Amino acid sequence: MSLPFIIIACVTLFAAAAAMSLRNLVHCALSLIVALAGLAALYLALDAQFVGFAQILVYVGAVAILIVFAVLLTRSDATPNQTILAPGWFTGIVVSAVVFTTLGWAALNSTGLPREMPPAPVATVKNIGDLLMTQYVLPLEVIGLLLTAALIGAVIIAMRDDRPKAKMEDGGLKMEKPSLPSSILHTPSSPGGNI
Amino acid sequence: MTPLQGCLLVSALLFAIGLAGAVTRRNAILALVGIELMLNAANLNFIAFWRYGPNPEALSGMMVVIFSIAIAAAEAAVGLALIIAIYRHYRTVNLDQINSMKG
Repeated sequence: MSLPFIIIACVTLFAAAAAMSLRNLVHCALSLIVALAGLAALYLALDAQFVGFAQILVYVGAVAILIVFAVLLTRSDATPNQTILAPGWFTGIVVSAVVFTTLGWAALNSTGLPREMPPAPVATVKNIGDLLMTQYVLPLEVIGLLLTAALIGAVIIAMRDDRPKAKMEDGGLKMEKPSLPSSILHTPSSPGGNI
Repeated sequence: MTPLQGCLLVSALLFAIGLAGAVTRRNAILALVGIELMLNAANLNFIAFWRYGPNPEALSGMMVVIFSIAIAAAEAAVGLALIIAIYRHYRTVNLDQINSMKG
């Protein structure tokens, strides 16, 4: 194992652990960006240049921005003053430790793994494009359909539904204000009220 | 320890970190972040096996990772839209307070 690989792996794992354990959600999002950039560097170290730059474009560029937007839109950017762990967190830690032990044991004890790196393959963008247009053309079309459906669905889900507008006409204007009283937290609104 | 085993260990640790975060944090956004980390750990495994495998000229592992990144982007978009819709309804994103299904 080369020294750059160890350094990049340590940075990635440390940033991932920070993203999962910090209290402030904005700090978590920034640590996640570092972890994803470290993963892109790992891909580059493994001679997968196209995937590395796609990782930077998609994850560091788009997904991280989406997460920061979600953090700010849900107003959870302040440091929470109560506990950040869900009830039953100890079981979750134990389960993940068991998962890591199993995976690590399997990786360290399996025989027949290739020992040395074969010569670097020619993975130019031209080769990838050729394969995408010939052998993998059906998955490509399916992915395009999936992305279209997912983005339309995301817009429809996150769009503010205009059903409360009918309520506004009969004096329910206060429901539209963004600062709702905190008593609404545990009182489910009546399903008939939105119609 | 061979380099491939190093990659597999890093990937396993990343998966465990993501799983621990996804099941122990209260905030729904961080659960989604944990799922993203788990997906990335799987991608790292694909790339490592592609690079050290017997026939890297076929670029099969790389293709799987490209498609996986696209699916993960769609999943993040839909998941965050769901979280925003839930926040609009309950005024919270804490998973232990989102406990009523009707209404």
